[in-house]
Amino acid sequence: MEYGFTTAAYVIAAVLFILSLGGLSGQESAKRAIWYGIAGMALAVAATLFGPGAGNWFLSLIMIAIGGGIGWVVAQRVQMTEMPQLVAAMHSLVGLAAVFVGFNAQIELGRVLRAKAEGVVVDFHGFAAVLAHKTPAEIAMLKIEVFLGIFIGAVTFTGSVVAFGKLSGRVDGKPKKLSGGHMLNAAALALSILLGVLYFTGVGPAVFWLILITLLAFFIGWHLIMGIGGADMPVVVSMLNSYSGWAAAAIGFTLGNDLLIVTGALVGSSGAILSYIMCKAMNRNFVSVILGGFGGETGPAAEIEGEQIAIDADGVAAALNEADSVVIVPGYGMAVAQAQGAVSELTRKLRAAGKEVRFAIHPVAGRLPGHMNVLLAEAKVPYDIVLEMDEINDDFPSTDVVIIIGSNDIVNPAAQDDPNSPIAGMPVLEVWKAKQVFVSKRGQGTGYSGIENPLFYKENTRMFYGDAKDSINKLLPMID
Amino acid sequence: MKIGALTEVFEGEARVAITPSSAAHLQKLGHEVFVEGGAGVRSGFSDDDYRAAGVTVEPGAAALIGAVDVVAKVRQPTEEELHQMKDGQTLISFFYPGQNPELLALAKDKGVTAIAMDMVPRISRAQKMDALSSMANIAGYRSVIEAANNFGRFFTGQVTAAGKVPPAKVLVVGAGVAGLAAIGTSVSLGAQVYAFDVRPEVAEQIESMGAEFVFLDFEEQAQDGAATGGYAAPSSPEFREKQLAKFRELAPQMDVVITTALIPGRDAPKLWTRDMVEAMKPGSVIVDLAAEKGGNCELTIPDERFVTENGVTIIGYTDFPSRMGTQASELYGNNIRHFMTDLTPKKDGVIDHNMEDDVIRGATVTHDHDVTWPPPPPKIAAIAAQKPKEKKKELTVEQRKAAELAAFQAETRSQVGLLAGGAVVLLLIGLVAPFSFMQHFIVFVLACFIGFKVIWNVAHSLHTPLMAVTNAISSIIILGALMQIGSGSWWVVLLGALAVLMAGVNIFGGFMVTRRMLAMFQRS
Repeated sequence: MEYGFTTAAYVIAAVLFILSLGGLSGQESAKRAIWYGIAGMALAVAATLFGPGAGNWFLSLIMIAIGGGIGWVVAQRVQMTEMPQLVAAMHSLVGLAAVFVGFNAQIELGRVLRAKAEGVVVDFHGFAAVLAHKTPAEIAMLKIEVFLGIFIGAVTFTGSVVAFGKLSGRVDGKPKKLSGGHMLNAAALALSILLGVLYFTGVGPAVFWLILITLLAFFIGWHLIMGIGGADMPVVVSMLNSYSGWAAAAIGFTLGNDLLIVTGALVGSSGAILSYIMCKAMNRNFVSVILGGFGGETGPAAEIEGEQIAIDADGVAAALNEADSVVIVPGYGMAVAQAQGAVSELTRKLRAAGKEVRFAIHPVAGRLPGHMNVLLAEAKVPYDIVLEMDEINDDFPSTDVVIIIGSNDIVNPAAQDDPNSPIAGMPVLEVWKAKQVFVSKRGQGTGYSGIENPLFYKENTRMFYGDAKDSINKLLPMID
Repeated sequence: MKIGALTEVFEGEARVAITPSSAAHLQKLGHEVFVEGGAGVRSGFSDDDYRAAGVTVEPGAAALIGAVDVVAKVRQPTEEELHQMKDGQTLISFFYPGQNPELLALAKDKGVTAIAMDMVPRISRAQKMDALSSMANIAGYRSVIEAANNFGRFFTGQVTAAGKVPPAKVLVVGAGVAGLAAIGTSVSLGAQVYAFDVRPEVAEQIESMGAEFVFLDFEEQAQDGAATGGYAAPSSPEFREKQLAKFRELAPQMDVVITTALIPGRDAPKLWTRDMVEAMKPGSVIVDLAAEKGGNCELTIPDERFVTENGVTIIGYTDFPSRMGTQASELYGNNIRHFMTDLTPKKDGVIDHNMEDDVIRGATVTHDHDVTWPPPPPKIAAIAAQKPKEKKKELTVEQRKAAELAAFQAETRSQVGLLAGGAVVLLLIGLVAPFSFMQHFIVFVLACFIGFKVIWNVAHSLHTPLMAVTNAISSIIILGALMQIGSGSWWVVLLGALAVLMAGVNIFGGFMVTRRMLAMFQRS
């Protein structure tokens, strides 16, 4: 088949990818959009396999089949609460694949250049044939692209592996840095740029320089993400998403493949926007998130007066039975306790009793953008009662009961009241304006960010201690 | 400690200070509970009910006072009761120390610690023991019920086949706890309710209960309830005149008037004069909740209901809580029980009379052979002082236009700046980069733009599916691997095959998991 035909297939695939992302603007259209994405990918792979320049397609098909099988099984088995880990793990694969493709490009380039230098006329085919036609200026450009693709890919790989470890609890969630901190990162970056120059100018063994660069990038990815706390993971995951896209785009330039460039740019900008949205929701500067930890404290946090008053299931059930409007604020704690099923059942019972039940979702609730929506959807909570922060914040004063399940910072009034609080200025759900607030929480600890929450000491707040799932299950028989 | 409730001796008093259910709570605090025989009969609790709750029943008042450390009562104590008490005993009841100086002196001489439930400070923490509020709430409800009972018409308006019935018009004067309860009850019966109060900050509360605030246009600095612990203070003669004029205007229209205006430590202000009563329609009803303090209405006769010559019924009962004895006792019993909770912080049955505590200090009127009334002002203000409302600056048309123009210019400047900067960078790249690169670069920049535009529209709740799907799409990198796998050395084949494998995992895993997620989103 001709180049023209393959290119036409790529155009269609690119359009399908754009439609597939655009369709995510609504729950119903999203269900159709996903098929656009699948069709686009199938078309692109098929056109490449049977198009010009490809070879060894038997091996390719076997590898796709094996990989597809693994992907299929993992996707079927994964729990919805493990979604953040899964996404992080998948990013690492894209990153590593980009590194490999980058290396291949260099190996091929080396082979072609050697053949040219020796004056041997070899009948190149496949990718090598593309390289053979390149002018020296184009080859210089190609080297920059290879460098970028490998570097970004490698950072994405180790960064995603660490993010995966932190999200799945295999690595401690607290920010950790080697002594030297960001100076170490900066040094590694400077060193890899230096090596990049060496590689670019063609001094010494090119593949060796690339391997060193890869190792340095591996270090940067690992160290950078190790230094970021668990609470900032939503930003990190979307940032890595963005990186995997830019890596793909860089490789696209290397290979002169427009579809790779288009798709990489789409994914890259999508991740960048998500990171921006997450940072805004936390009122944090993107740079300060990436540099890890909370910024320097501006003064002592305000003292909190009062005491945390506990309540048992009977008390909560009585209040729920009397309430007309109930708002549930889920957080990461709900995911950890796998309580979404119990919460859904509670919602069903309350709604059956004629009460208005709604969910308030803060943009950074959970460890992944939109994490809570997915969990609630899994538990069959209808999406039209699940509202965003801006949609529901004004309704709290007219709400009878708010139940907070495993969230902490996103309902912390200190963000508004205490200018010295580390989260001052972050938009929060104003739950304390409701008539009564119940906080389902495992114990008196301060949670992920380690910030004291004055909400727990308020007059209208009662603490409902215990595992979220057990607590909600205890409530269920008492609701009538 | 031993706590006991006396039988109320006041004429018509049906309440009791400890109920079987509050006794159970008191026992949890480590106290032993006693009652005088027959104490709860009028509020519907028999001696057997008390015994079933583990309460010891003593045959008479003297025996009970002899047996206990803490005597609980509803009404203020009689001199006889005080005489029977001994040094070191505690009395907890309504006391009205301002109106009863003799009782205060007697309690002091006897060495009795007297806790006045009417002196509990009005701070949030003490709301659970605020017996004045709990009783006022009952009085407010009951006043409407009594009014409806004496009013010969519907409260609610109806349009029926047999004709139209207008809704009753109810005026509530004084929007304290009782007034708000009366508003709520009248509204739920369907009446059209108007309410008046001298404290402007309660206008919002009145409107929240569904009544209309009667607005008085008056120049004088409005009263600030925060300065008087949440109660009303006496008003100036000019204000009073204006107020009466307003009432005179309203009187002929109103079917039911409920007055609840009280000023702490004073006789009730006379707000509903004889000429207003005469101006009202026959069949109208006035319920005077201030009757015990002389009444807000000039004609009120305390403890009586009578009909004036022009057919207006005036109700001056003073025993509204007793008319709902069981419930009033439960609430009062809970108030007492909460106070005891504060007095026994360790829940070990030992009373710690902590005079440093705002609430305990405020309510204690005699202690240790000393009169401790009036208390120093509490450390915490009851209500935050009213902040003067900030006036929003009204921008003139020109100012607004200028502001808009400035914003537009700033936006233009930043956009043009960005464009110019971006263009310069692109041109510089174009100087050195080969043509084939620039061709791809156009595609790249346009794709970035499309990405930004498209992603902004993605629904918030779909961010996780978005990440999963972009993740799947980013495995487009498989194309690169596919193109390389067929060319050249075994190294290239190996790395290419691995890359294909990993991208394959991603494609299938990413799309599958997105589909699973999206399938779960359901409309109710």
